[in-house]
This record gives sequence, C-alpha cells and structure tokens, in this order.
Amino acid sequence: MNGSMPTYLGMPAFPAAAKAAVADSQLRRNLTHATGTIRAKRAGAVAELDDWERLRQAAKAIKDHTLANLDAYLLRLEENVIKGGGQVHWAQDAAQANAIVAGLVRAAPADRVVKVKSMVTQEIGLNDALESGGIVATETDLAELIVQLGHDLPSHILVPAIHKNRSEIREIFRREMPDAPAGLTDDPAELAAAARRHLRHEFLHASVGISGANFAIADTGSLVVVESEGNGRMCVTLPRTLISVVGVEKVLPSWRDLEVFLALLPRSSTAERMNPYTSIWSGVTPGDGPEQFHLVLVDNGRTASLADQTGRQALRCIRCSACLNVCPVYERAGGHAYGSPYPGPIGAIISPQLRGLSSPVDSSLPFASTLCGACYEVCPVAINIPEALVHLRAKVKHNFSERTVFHLSGQVLESPRRLAAAQRLASLSRRFVGRSGRIRRLPPPLRGWTETRDAPAPPAESFRAWWQRTRESGTRERGTR
Amino acid sequence: MRIGLFVTCLTDTLFPETGKAVVAVLERLGHQVEFPADQACCGQMHFNTGYRREAVPMARTFVRAFSGYEAVVTPSASCASMVREYYPALAAEVGDEGLARAVGEVAPRVFELSALVADVLGLTDVGAYFPHRVTYHPTCHGLRMLLIGDAPLRLLRAVRGLDLAALPDAESCCGFGGTFAVKNPDVSAAMCADKVAAIRQSRAEVVCATDNSCLMHIGGALSRSRSGVATLHLAEILASTEASTEAGVR
Repeated sequence: MNGSMPTYLGMPAFPAAAKAAVADSQLRRNLTHATGTIRAKRAGAVAELDDWERLRQAAKAIKDHTLANLDAYLLRLEENVIKGGGQVHWAQDAAQANAIVAGLVRAAPADRVVKVKSMVTQEIGLNDALESGGIVATETDLAELIVQLGHDLPSHILVPAIHKNRSEIREIFRREMPDAPAGLTDDPAELAAAARRHLRHEFLHASVGISGANFAIADTGSLVVVESEGNGRMCVTLPRTLISVVGVEKVLPSWRDLEVFLALLPRSSTAERMNPYTSIWSGVTPGDGPEQFHLVLVDNGRTASLADQTGRQALRCIRCSACLNVCPVYERAGGHAYGSPYPGPIGAIISPQLRGLSSPVDSSLPFASTLCGACYEVCPVAINIPEALVHLRAKVKHNFSERTVFHLSGQVLESPRRLAAAQRLASLSRRFVGRSGRIRRLPPPLRGWTETRDAPAPPAESFRAWWQRTRESGTRERGTR
Repeated sequence: MRIGLFVTCLTDTLFPETGKAVVAVLERLGHQVEFPADQACCGQMHFNTGYRREAVPMARTFVRAFSGYEAVVTPSASCASMVREYYPALAAEVGDEGLARAVGEVAPRVFELSALVADVLGLTDVGAYFPHRVTYHPTCHGLRMLLIGDAPLRLLRAVRGLDLAALPDAESCCGFGGTFAVKNPDVSAAMCADKVAAIRQSRAEVVCATDNSCLMHIGGALSRSRSGVATLHLAEILASTEASTEAGVR
C-alpha cells in the first residue's frame, strides 16, 4: 500500500516547477551560496576520518540487516518502550498517524504543542491536520519556524529555509512574528535572538511536545534526536507529554550500532565532528522530563518500498541532506520543484516510492537527475541513488509518442544493418545544413535541444562507412542482421 | 594486443574523426585494432530512460560482436560503464543465462581509451603533439562509475606542446544526462551555462573529454554563444602529431 503526503498534492511536474526556479535569480544566488559553502565544509569534515569508507559500509550493512529483519526489531522496540513506561501506537498511513497524535494531544489535554523539526511529520502533514482539529503547533527549529511563519514549504531536509536569505527572513519576522522587536535588522544574531524570545514563551507554556527521531534503539527502547539549536532538547524535556512520530525504518538493533551513525550523520549533515545536542530517552523517568511518552510508529508506504529489491535501499536514508548539497540539479531547481518535503536526489527516489508514480510530479521525479552520481559518492549509507532512479524510470508509464520513438529507435540501434542505413540518411541530410557545420534549429522531437544549443551536422561519412571503404580486409567477417 | 573497437553509435554517426583517432593511437603503439562490423549501440539511452526491455537485444548484439577479443576499447566512459556496470544486472533481470555468461566474459575487458592506455598498457607518452591551450572536463560516468581517475590528465600532461589549463569546478556535471537534456531543458541549460563560464575562465582554446555526448552538449552551447572555444575528444588530441598538419578541431 502506498502512503500519502497530503501537503503537496497538485504540484506540477518537475520540469515546469524547475523552469520557474531557474529563472529566479535571487533563489539561484541563495542556493548556490548555501550549498557551495556546506559542500566544501562537509568534504573537509569527512576527510578527517581515514576510515570513512569502512564506516559507510558498516552503516549500510547495519541498515540492510535491520530492514531485512524489520518485523522482529520493531516488536523488540515496542516491548522495550513499554517496559520503560512508554506507550506505542502503530499507524499504517498519514491519516491514521495524524488521528492518533491529535487524539493524544486532546487527551493530554492541550490545544498547543511545540515541535522538534521532523521529516516524518512534514511527510504526513501533521501541522495541517492538528490545525483543522483546533490544535496550534509551533515549530521550534529556527529554519522550520521561518518556513511556518512565512506560510511557506520547506525546501531542504536540514535547512528548510535555505531558499531564503537574511533580508527575506527579516521581512517574514516583521510581518508574522507578533513579538518581533521594532527596528529588527537582518543581522543573523539579531534574527536568532528574536526567534529565541518568541520561542521561549512557547517552550514554557506548552504541555505537549512532538518530535521525530533520528534513531530508535530496539534493545533498550531508546529514542535519539540529534540537533544543533537546543530547541529539540527543550521540546523533549519540558512538556508533560512527549509524542514521538517515527518512521518504521528508523529502528537500529543496539547501542553499538548507534556509534557508527553518530560518526556519520553530523559530518555528512552539518559538517560537524559532533552535533551540539544529542538527546536520548528511554520511556519515562519519574520526576525527570515528560510524565507520559507515546511512540507513534508510521509505515505510510515504507513496507511497500521494502518489497522492492532495488528501491528499498532508500529506506537506509538517515536524512543527512549531503546528497542535496552536492546535487547540481537541486542547486538550480531548488527544493520546492520536487513537490515533497523530501527534495533533491534522495527525494526523487523516496517520494515516488512512498506516494506511487501516478501524479505528474511523482512520475517526473525519477527523471530529475543527470545520473552524475555525486549523490551516491557522498551518501553516508551508500544509497546508489542513480541505480534506484534508473530502476524507477522503468516503472513510470511513458506516454505513447515517447514509447513509439524509443521503440522505433531501439529497432535501429540494435541492428548494425539498420544503424548503417540511418547513418547514410543522416549524411544525406547534410545538404540542409549551412556552411557553419552547425545546426541552429532542429524539428521536433529534437527542437528542445536547439533551444539553447547548436547541434553538430552529420559527417559526409560515418566511421563505419570509412572503415569499410579503407580497411574492409582487416574486419572480422560475420553474418550481419 | 588484438583490440576490438567499440566506436559507439553516437561517435560512429556524428563524430567519425574520434573513431579514426582511436585507431591511429593504438596502431601507433603497435596494437592490432579491429572494428567488428556487427556492432551497434550499447543500449544506454534506452536503459537509462526506463526502456530496459528494449536494451536487451542491444546487449545481445554487443556481446556477439565483441566476444573473443583480448580487450575492447571505446572512446566513451559512459558507454563503457553501461556495459561494465549495468549489463550484468540486465542479463540477470531477463533471466538469460547465455547472455549473463557472455557478459561475464566480455564486460571486464571493456575499457575506455584513456584507462586502457594509461592503466592497462601502462603508458603515458603516446607520441602526441598538440600545440594548444587545452582544458579537460572529467565526465561523470568516467569519474564516478568507471573511476578512471586522472588517467586522461596523465596522458594530456605527456603531450608535447600542450598547455594544460585547470578547469574551475571541473567535477561538476555539464548537465547533459542523456534524455535529461531534453526532458529538463531549463536545468540542463543552466548547468551547461555554468560549465561554459568555467571553460572560458580557464582561457583554453580547446576543451576535451572522454565522451562525445557531453562534448556535443558543451560544444553546442559554446558554439551558440560564439565563444570561439572548440571541443575535441581526448582521442583526437592523442592522435595528433607534428606530422598531422591540421588538428581537425571541430
């Protein structure tokens, strides 16, 4: 069963959305600057470890083992969370997960919640679902708060407001943050201080916190959140009730496994040796932290992806965003063009697997890549994203005219005899090309090529014809078809 | 060594000078080059666009044409990686044991030209002369799939008269990506514009690479912008000598 991500339905196909982004020079500048900076920093942080490749292979092996035995590890996780005094809820899809969370908030009872930045709650559209149930959710991660206040959508896994620069952020704060100080400038420290004052009030008054989790340890029933700002630590310790919404693929067997990932994630993600805050909790501890802990385990299309031998490697993803930062397509198209909270190369293989390939945006995502392989090279869990993209491309229902073109060209390209005939035809077409030897305008379906590029004129003689004319005797003779 | 030349459908049809250059370089080094006429296309475009079934007969044509050679050389890192990296999976997928066996035998012996010369034959100086300022664009499949590393650069550094210019941000994709160039024309053009800017920054007269596909994309944009910078396949630089008068820069 496929999952659902209600927030982004109705998005146009990737090429159309990307066209607008490419034309937005401010966006291009913001993205080029931001991704370029973090790309270089990450390379430096990774180069410090001489066993990086072995760590990466270890992480891949741990994830593959866990995914192959997911049922057993999830049950062990459930058992140990309950043993620690927590409660476990299972959600098959977004609607179930949202209903469970809304019910828990009402039962708290509360009508306001503070949130740790979480990908899965973006995926299931939790904030909208809570809002329609009369519950106000406040994002407490700075970039996520900027997106929320700006009535915007996240465009990056780690830095959801990466598409905004600081003067744009100042405008959002001035317009949407009721307690923003008068005369707020676009100085980053001032902007952060304004957000901190605004959030402090929420932290102290919310009785329910909602988080995701980077990892869940089956052996001990422990949840792990890694973050930089300390807002996560506040959310998972201050409120009376803590609800953690977690994708089923986040489970790890044991503490020993966590060690590998805590080495890989910060360096891949923020280019830090270690992230500033790592919060770990196991159930509830009387007199310390939340009195109630609920773990909501979400499938939302993950088990369907697990059934796909090539596609399942996407479930190894630890949401570090290194692939976004190195992707030349993401850098030009921006995150919104991917029509999903999961943008970039990893999004192009996750979204169509979780949602299916039927919508215009989902069926265009596997093609939103040149297959350059930069993503695979940096992935800390060695997800072969190009391989998965090519695999998904074969599952997309191609339109009739494209199928016809590929069927006919296939007939030519599989046969040396037909290819040679096509080459003779191409050489004849030379007479239509000007003296420059360059073609400035081709007919459809190749018109797109000559919109921005010249095309080479066919030569008078193909290589094959030249060889036959000059070297025939040296050729191995075999039956041609 | 008896070497089979897999010229690739693109080079065969549009860039025959590259094929002739591969023959010239390897013959100059004393090898016997043969062009089996029953070769066609490796199937990469179909495979990468999602037409895997259509790529199967092309794989069959390929292994039939190239079985029995000590080595197969191709002037395309991209097509070499198709054969080496994806043919085994393709054969397994269709459950054709005969094809799988033939792929297992042929695929490991398929080499991109610079990898064959620099790594398999262990040569860097191929006796070339090319008195121009040249920059090198490492193509993605050569760099990240075939892992040919600096083999092309080692060969270029040994070319007499050649002034090798560093290419800023060299490892960034040029934006070709096969059908990507047509399916996502705006992003493709934006990537190419940045590649063209980097090439101009290098002040090279010629940009070379190990794939005519990427060069066709970059060259199309260079020509459209009247940059005056030429594109040339690495093989054609390596084939060039004092004796060969015109380099045949396209």
